[in-house]
Amino acid sequence: MKMKKVIVFFGLLSILVACGSDNDPGVGGDNFNRKAMLENWADNIIIPAYESTAAKIQVLKTASSTFTDSPNEANLSNLRTAWLDAYMAWQSVDMFEIGKAEQITLRNFMNVYPLDADGMQQSLLAGNYDLTSVNRQDEQGFSALDFLLYGLASSDAEIIAFYTDAADGDKYTTYMTDVVDRMQMLTNSVLDDWKNGYRDTFVSRDGTSATESVNSFINDYMFYYEKFLRAGKIGIPAGVFSGSPLSDRVEARFRGDVSKALFLQALDATQDFFNGIHFDSQGDGVSLKHYLDDLNSVKDTEDLSVLINTQFDLARSTALNLSEDLGSQIETDNTLMTKTYDELQKVVVLMKVDMLQALNVKVDYVDADGD
Amino acid sequence: MNRLNSYFHKTTSAAPLAVFRITFGVMMLFGIIRFWAMGWIDKLYIQPDFFFSYYGFEWVKPLGSFTYILFFVCGLSALFVAIGFKYRLAIITFFVSFLYIELMDKTTYLNHYYFISVLSFLLIFLPAGNYFSWDAVRNTKITFNVIPKWNIDAVKLLLAIVYFYAGLAKLNSDWLIQAMPLKIWLPTTNDLPIIGHLFQYEWVIYAFSWSGALYDLCIPFLLYYKKTRTWGFVFVVVFHVLTASLFPIGMFPYIMIVSTLIFFDASFHQKILTGLSSIVGIKSNTHHVESILLFKPSIWNKLKVATLVVFFALQVIVPFRHLLYKQELFWTEQGYRFSWRVMLMEKAGHAQFKIVDGTTDRWFYVDNSDFLTSFQEKQMATQPDFILEYAHYLKKHFSLQKHQDISVFVDSFVALNGRRSTRYIDSNIDLTKEQESFAHKTWILPFNDKIFGL
Repeated sequence: MKMKKVIVFFGLLSILVACGSDNDPGVGGDNFNRKAMLENWADNIIIPAYESTAAKIQVLKTASSTFTDSPNEANLSNLRTAWLDAYMAWQSVDMFEIGKAEQITLRNFMNVYPLDADGMQQSLLAGNYDLTSVNRQDEQGFSALDFLLYGLASSDAEIIAFYTDAADGDKYTTYMTDVVDRMQMLTNSVLDDWKNGYRDTFVSRDGTSATESVNSFINDYMFYYEKFLRAGKIGIPAGVFSGSPLSDRVEARFRGDVSKALFLQALDATQDFFNGIHFDSQGDGVSLKHYLDDLNSVKDTEDLSVLINTQFDLARSTALNLSEDLGSQIETDNTLMTKTYDELQKVVVLMKVDMLQALNVKVDYVDADGD
Repeated sequence: MNRLNSYFHKTTSAAPLAVFRITFGVMMLFGIIRFWAMGWIDKLYIQPDFFFSYYGFEWVKPLGSFTYILFFVCGLSALFVAIGFKYRLAIITFFVSFLYIELMDKTTYLNHYYFISVLSFLLIFLPAGNYFSWDAVRNTKITFNVIPKWNIDAVKLLLAIVYFYAGLAKLNSDWLIQAMPLKIWLPTTNDLPIIGHLFQYEWVIYAFSWSGALYDLCIPFLLYYKKTRTWGFVFVVVFHVLTASLFPIGMFPYIMIVSTLIFFDASFHQKILTGLSSIVGIKSNTHHVESILLFKPSIWNKLKVATLVVFFALQVIVPFRHLLYKQELFWTEQGYRFSWRVMLMEKAGHAQFKIVDGTTDRWFYVDNSDFLTSFQEKQMATQPDFILEYAHYLKKHFSLQKHQDISVFVDSFVALNGRRSTRYIDSNIDLTKEQESFAHKTWILPFNDKIFGL
């Protein structure tokens, strides 16, 4: 009886070994091609998105030079448009904090909010600031420009007066130039890195261990979604972590009426990434959705990728009812904000629990022994 | 009764137990050194602000920087066990320090660690230090090269229980019919050399599931019978080397491989000891004293046997304690630990805690990363006893922050073995009103599916 089992087991084992020799490795069937996914991410999404952001920041740079050379209403308006364009473009790359961006903590220098406006004005006037310092992260980037373009005073004429002021005008123009230059330098360094070698490194690390590209990137993507999209843009200002609403924590609070647009842009970019939609929106390629469909080993009939997209859509349709200015939405009717947060939270569950389980990606990989 | 009596008087060579003691001590020493070198003492026991306790052992906590001393003591005692220096004291020290380490935070619970704990407990009662040991060389009065056979059988029995129960636990519909969780785990290891590409075929996954269960159930018997022993050991090596390359399970596969050597004949172990003698430069005849440790029915021996009988009875019964709960074991995990349920579940969860201040009706969500490491958060999200303990901790924490009349609710979802995530804990229950106990936790929502099996 026992010998029979041994024979069965041994038989199975020998079949396994026998099959090991006559199969084409890496192709066919449901053997998902992670390399193709990484290539699609890098070539059709990440690099074009950075190129677009870098181009918009170049426009921003030109506009800010024009403005600082001759601060007037036309140039201010032009600069504001350039700022918003670049800010919108940034929403498409914010989630890609990997490689060089991770190394230099790009996000922390590009888009920390709330801005420390008082601290910034002090350093600006003192003139001895070091923007590379981690203590100055909340005094630069898009939110610093938000303040410099909208927050200095209530009317445009008064704002321009800051830059034309005989005593301190130069300090403001210098600071603005320094901030824009730094944003441009950082963004370009990340784009250059992708173009000069990192793209190949990223794509070649197509294995399944925690340190390989797929795993670490999905972790970064989830981290971004939870921390910066769900919490940063909606949850924190709505006060879901503090017990009372913090309307001054919204993105672009000095401009005001674009915080919803920035959020929606980020939400679209996040969902598009999930679906592998190319940055230029012309077509799509392999991404998490396809990986999930490929591994669809679960019993339920509904596809997880469909559920995730449905929930993304639900979060979006809830958010569409929000006021353009999330700050005033919070002050008038915060329940719509917390409702949006709850819908965004459901995406976290679907992706972090269901998707990562299906993909066998370890979230927040812990280097410790398993059972 | 007579047969039992004569069984206890049967004797055999002490060599297998001596080899077992040496390999066990060396493995444990390496285990501690590895744990230390990986920086895990700091990461798991120093850095966290909060630790999850076993029910009844809330007083066992990490000792700050003294935790390093605890690990040092544990490693040193393992070394002493290996060389057989003050064996009894060494193995008791090892058992106590190791157990203390395991009890400090249940986040790190592994069946492997539990195995080490029970095995080192058993070793306290066995004459493993009386042959080929420092003690034996120093004091020939306690040197015995022949010992009662039951001492070696006890180790074999424990190993047999571990394997067999691990096999029984695999006899469930998820493992056998759905090939879960291997169907999740194996396909993404397809970059493994030679066998990796096979995991794209469903039948391969089934073959691994079925042969894994069969292996666990059969291996004690294959190792027990002389005829099948060599093959059994080949399977042991193949199985554990496979699991070691497929899963991040540290030293455990190697510990099991060397442990199963105890099933081999005394002559085999004698050869190992002779080889070892020549390596370390001890004249092997030092140990060739013909002296027999006889089983005397003294009070101490009777007590010892009684203790071990209770010990083994518990080993046999405890894994079945889940039968006292009606709910799905994998879902509630009531009675899951200490039962050799190894690699049976891919369970993932997410828990968002809501703190409500009763006096102002203000509420807010908790950012778990403020209190837990990501490892702790992951373990917490899928285990009800963790969720409860954490909820009580949150209440305490926020009460200190001037919040009053605090209630704690949790919005949690868990996915088990590839099923869609569903709500896990009743989100209307104020967890601060619930207490930990062995009774069924009524606030765990029912499992929407059925898993058949033991």
